[in-house]
Amino acid sequence: MSLLEIKNLHVTVGGNEILKGIDLTVNAGEVHSIMGPNGSGKSTLAQVLARRDAYHVTEGSILFEGKDLLEMKPEEAACEGLFLAFQYPVEIPGIGNTYFLRSALNAQRKYRGEEEMDAMDFLPMFKEKLKLLEMDDKLMNRSLNEGFSGGEKKRNEILQMAVLEPKLAILDETDSGLDIDALRIVAEGVNSLRSPGRAMVVVTHYQRLLNYIVPDFVHVLVDGRIVRSGGKELALELEERGYSWTEHEPVGARA
Amino acid sequence: MSTDMNVVHEMAAKDYEWGFVTDIEEDRIPKGLSEDVIRLISAKKQEPEFMLEWRLNAYRYWAGQEKADAEPKWANVTFPPINYQGITYYSAPKQKKTLNSIDEVDPEILRTYEKLGIPLAEQKLLANVAVDAVFDSVSVATTFKAKLAEAGVIFCSFSEAVQKHPELVKKYLGSVVPHTDNFYAALNAAVFSDGSFVYVPKGVRCPMELSTYFRINAAETGQFERTLIVAEEGAYVSYLEGCTAPMRDENQLHAAVVELVALDNATIRYSTVQNWYPGDKNGKGGIYNFVTKRGKCLGRNSKISWTQVETGSAITWKYPSCILQGDNSVGEFYSVALTNNYQQADTGTKMIHLGKNTKSTIVSKGISAGHGQNTYRGMVKIMKGATGARNYTQCDSLLIGDKCGAHTFPYIEVKNASARMEHEAATSKIGEDQLFYLQQRGLKTEDAVSMIVNGFCKQVFKELPMEFAVEAQKLLAVSLEGSVG
Repeated sequence: MSLLEIKNLHVTVGGNEILKGIDLTVNAGEVHSIMGPNGSGKSTLAQVLARRDAYHVTEGSILFEGKDLLEMKPEEAACEGLFLAFQYPVEIPGIGNTYFLRSALNAQRKYRGEEEMDAMDFLPMFKEKLKLLEMDDKLMNRSLNEGFSGGEKKRNEILQMAVLEPKLAILDETDSGLDIDALRIVAEGVNSLRSPGRAMVVVTHYQRLLNYIVPDFVHVLVDGRIVRSGGKELALELEERGYSWTEHEPVGARA
Repeated sequence: MSTDMNVVHEMAAKDYEWGFVTDIEEDRIPKGLSEDVIRLISAKKQEPEFMLEWRLNAYRYWAGQEKADAEPKWANVTFPPINYQGITYYSAPKQKKTLNSIDEVDPEILRTYEKLGIPLAEQKLLANVAVDAVFDSVSVATTFKAKLAEAGVIFCSFSEAVQKHPELVKKYLGSVVPHTDNFYAALNAAVFSDGSFVYVPKGVRCPMELSTYFRINAAETGQFERTLIVAEEGAYVSYLEGCTAPMRDENQLHAAVVELVALDNATIRYSTVQNWYPGDKNGKGGIYNFVTKRGKCLGRNSKISWTQVETGSAITWKYPSCILQGDNSVGEFYSVALTNNYQQADTGTKMIHLGKNTKSTIVSKGISAGHGQNTYRGMVKIMKGATGARNYTQCDSLLIGDKCGAHTFPYIEVKNASARMEHEAATSKIGEDQLFYLQQRGLKTEDAVSMIVNGFCKQVFKELPMEFAVEAQKLLAVSLEGSVG
């Protein structure tokens, strides 16, 4: 059984059809990259997978570990092991980062019938993950994402992923707004989380991130359809020839 | 509307858990108000002559006013006229004799408090919290009396104070809130039946948190309690009150008065967790909470700090205030007020700066959900002699849904040019993106909403005594159930 199986997915937002029949299969251990120009539907796909409400699935199906993902609430999908690293992480005043993350972890553990983790067990584990992302633990005493720089917010997303240990992580434009050092740190964090039991879908605009997080598969999304799929070399080709090239050649011609 | 927001709506509609009625025998007097009723109340309480005179004086003042003109009309709340002759002004659980220990309290009443989560039995008490419980009009039990007496602290019902410490009562009663202050204060002065009295002698730091629990049980009664706290030179006391009432279709009037007096270098912290019955989700029933609370920083370097968490009542009308008379005295007001369904709140504070270098801080957090209307009303007055006075005011509003309202009326009056005033205000809505973010990490919608609201209120909660901060958070979550519109 595949970890994620998307079939003929059609999605509208505010009456406009954004995704026009997506098929995608992701197995445990694989890293897939979704690339595409602005407005092609990359982020929509990420949000639909995370079960955001404003997106209406008009056709098709999504199975997550064989279960109907479209029947799940966002928190259920999260507890089943689906994680979205947001393109624009929100700020929430008055909620400490550490407190938030422990609450989230415990909500997930509870859902899975595991024992909740107390602060004594949580902290050492948390400190390890902080080190991994080279994050200052002073940040953790602040409110959730409040006053964080763009780079700190993105790192915080990966930190949360490291703590929550999802089965499927969707990284939505995690590279945007990162300088080269931050990009390296984030990529190293992500790479350290690659494992045979975990899959990742990396949504990105640029090939740059894929120099650091090397995908097993690359898919090109144009105007709501996957127009081309291939190995990591496809990303390089895209970088060289631009997206417009994919639109003029038949799907599968070079894959 | 999204399903998330639906869940938030449902959450805000959670039921009032404290709405039960305890079946006990009451000693109540006939409805209505007259000089005879005042005399009857005073006689029932076997009060000394001076108290009766004081009451009658207040009653005559109150009765001499034309009701329609005298009731404060400026608040941003609406309600039908109150029939003051339709209220019973005294109701007490029937007791055979004076109680010597808590074991003698009617077990039904004790069970009620237990249901409310306030076990009176001392062994079950929260460590270091002494509780005075006021059931309808009468104080039924005061715990930890002996331990407090050792420290020299007097903590008892108001009635007992009138009997045992008349000189203190005489000296301070009405010294901060005179009966002429306002319509409801006058009514309270005439008919108040009990309340709490605290006296902390010179240099004593009260060894535990003091707490009063108010419960309205009887139907068609009003509750008019009166609290007086005096902290002598260098004394410190922290006091907390909580309140609940049964669910009833008619509105019930609660008109309390609280007076605080802090002498040189004394500190009084007064915290309220107010959870009177708010009425049902259509706005039927609920308590009218018309309360006058004021503290006087009489001495130099004295400090009075009010913290309130207001989640109950159909209508809340209260402005815990500070008169900063002593030089260098400090007044603080930290408030969370939540209105859901058809609740209305007009609340805030007054900071009157008289002394030099006096300082005040106001942090108000209003949360509106459902059709709730939430008004912050504050006054900061810097008088001529208050050289070097400072005020910081922050009032924030959080809206949940699109049928509720938040209103802010800050008044500032400065008569001394050296004053420094700061005012910040912000209004925000719980965003769907915030909710989604928390849900995506595995939190249920209701937990996500509580988390956001608690984050919003954090500045105030951290002012509450530890044990009660947790209570307040839970209460807020429950009060919000079923809220967004």
